[in-house]
Amino acid sequence: MTSDTPVRYVAKNMRLDLTLIAGMIAPRSRVLDIGCGDGLLIDHLFRTKGCDARGIEIDMAEVTRAVTHGLPVMQGDADDDLATYPDAAFDYVVLSRTLQAVERPREVLRQMLRISTRAIVSFPNFGHWQVRSQLLLSGRMPMTPAWHRMWYETPNIHPCTISDFFALCAADGYRVEQWLAVDEAGRRAPWRRSRRMANLFGEQGLFLLRRD
Amino acid sequence: MDQAPPLPEINHQSVLIEGGLALDCGVHLRQLVVAYRTYGTLNAARSNAVLICHALTGDQYVAETHPVSGKPGWWGEMVGPGKPVDTDKYFVICANVLGGCMGSTGPRSPHDDRPGEPWGIEFPPVTIPDMVRAQKKLIDHLGIERLFAVVGGSMGGMQVLAWAALYPAHVFAAVPVAAAAFHSAQNIAFHEVGRQAIFADPDFHAGRYWQHEAIPARGLAVARMTAHITYLSEAALSRKFGRKLRGADSLTWFGDRFEVESYLEHQGSSFVRRFDANSYLTITRAMDFFDLAADHGGVLAEAFRGTKTRFLLVSFSSDWLFPTAQCRAIARALNHVAANVSFVEIDSDKGHDAFLLDEPDFTRTMRGFLAGAAEAAGLT
Repeated sequence: MTSDTPVRYVAKNMRLDLTLIAGMIAPRSRVLDIGCGDGLLIDHLFRTKGCDARGIEIDMAEVTRAVTHGLPVMQGDADDDLATYPDAAFDYVVLSRTLQAVERPREVLRQMLRISTRAIVSFPNFGHWQVRSQLLLSGRMPMTPAWHRMWYETPNIHPCTISDFFALCAADGYRVEQWLAVDEAGRRAPWRRSRRMANLFGEQGLFLLRRD
Repeated sequence: MDQAPPLPEINHQSVLIEGGLALDCGVHLRQLVVAYRTYGTLNAARSNAVLICHALTGDQYVAETHPVSGKPGWWGEMVGPGKPVDTDKYFVICANVLGGCMGSTGPRSPHDDRPGEPWGIEFPPVTIPDMVRAQKKLIDHLGIERLFAVVGGSMGGMQVLAWAALYPAHVFAAVPVAAAAFHSAQNIAFHEVGRQAIFADPDFHAGRYWQHEAIPARGLAVARMTAHITYLSEAALSRKFGRKLRGADSLTWFGDRFEVESYLEHQGSSFVRRFDANSYLTITRAMDFFDLAADHGGVLAEAFRGTKTRFLLVSFSSDWLFPTAQCRAIARALNHVAANVSFVEIDSDKGHDAFLLDEPDFTRTMRGFLAGAAEAAGLT
């Protein structure tokens, strides 16, 4: 898969960034979706691509909803449960908009690329111009569509920028097979050619990583 | 209660298994009878069979009026036409466990060497895997190669785990509910209190009470009362009884009885009318022996290596007998072998008993999981 692989799937009623993620996943692969919510993505992957897709979700109400729909989802969290899987158990592990909320993001990434050949990670970009300008101009923690909880109640304890993420991938030796900057609704942003521009104008980063 | 009549003799639907059964303890049971009930219709491909495994004091009458107590089936809310385990779709089988007292071979059955008298206290020790091997012989007898699902709660859940470990190719989906991969020291301790109560009853007669036309009713009732406390939660007891008195608004100091006392008395006295004391000893011991990891070099995951079975694990938040942590340990062991696992903890204040009661989240979960598994199995 190259960075020019076109995104083919646009399912109705599915969050657009999930559609972009689904487009990165090969048919009939083994997938683990961490923080899968009620299982929208795994249901989509099972029905349209014949994937063996499973989920982990921390919120028991969401787990119950997913299992009630016949989806293989277990209650658990990224920080504690990834360690229980064997090496290379999956072809893809997905962490959608959750990396910034885990306790040990670096360890979670390491585990993801231990249990899976590839990892798909999306996160809200703290380098977005609105975040930067609000902090600069008001001197207060930014409030944007992507960062919309007050600092004292946000679950997002590890915010990072698209540039930060590139740096971590380089430091830990993960190959970036594909990356996108997208807006909050999950539409692709046109700044893919320049990391600096993407870091300024992309509301979310979406990465397809592979261990080297 | 002390002069309770002997258990009624009932003709249970059953099958005599050719060749008997070799037990874990080394004894070969020559005479093996498995009593069972079925509901629904086996399809032409014989692919829609669901085996229900009952708990310690349950039996095969899962979805119909009980022949002794006259009460509705013990899982009537879960199993039946249109229910989560839908007998319009699935062929449901439930067998009385080996060692039981509702028609399957157990302490009340004729002794292999002295057919004129029952096994009684001499019935060999059995294990949860022994129970499962006996069920497998029933499934073979019914001509079923692969069970679509094996479902059970508490000791039934232990049997489900043993099924998945012993016969992975014959179980498409497994649903252990409120279960554990081993019986904890606390669980064994409570069982031992019950057993000691039975031993201490003068009517026990060293386990040969049938020779004296007696039953150790008091001891068995106390065993049941103790066990029953472990099935409930503090919150459930408070909600149901609180400190309410029987027949009085406040303490009168003349033989006052709390509601919770008479409730337990009732649980105990109705139990002895349908259950055999030697069976109770045999089955509680089988639960105590259960340790699935120990059978696999101390590593639980090894019990499931290579499994293709789809699992649904369910625990209940207020269950302190088989707590969620036990269930999570099973889930993680299954993760170790990259098994297909769903795991849900149902929020309930009803304790261990919740699996038998009307818990809408639980019934919805069961229905959805089975529907998803049926789709994956091509059963729809």
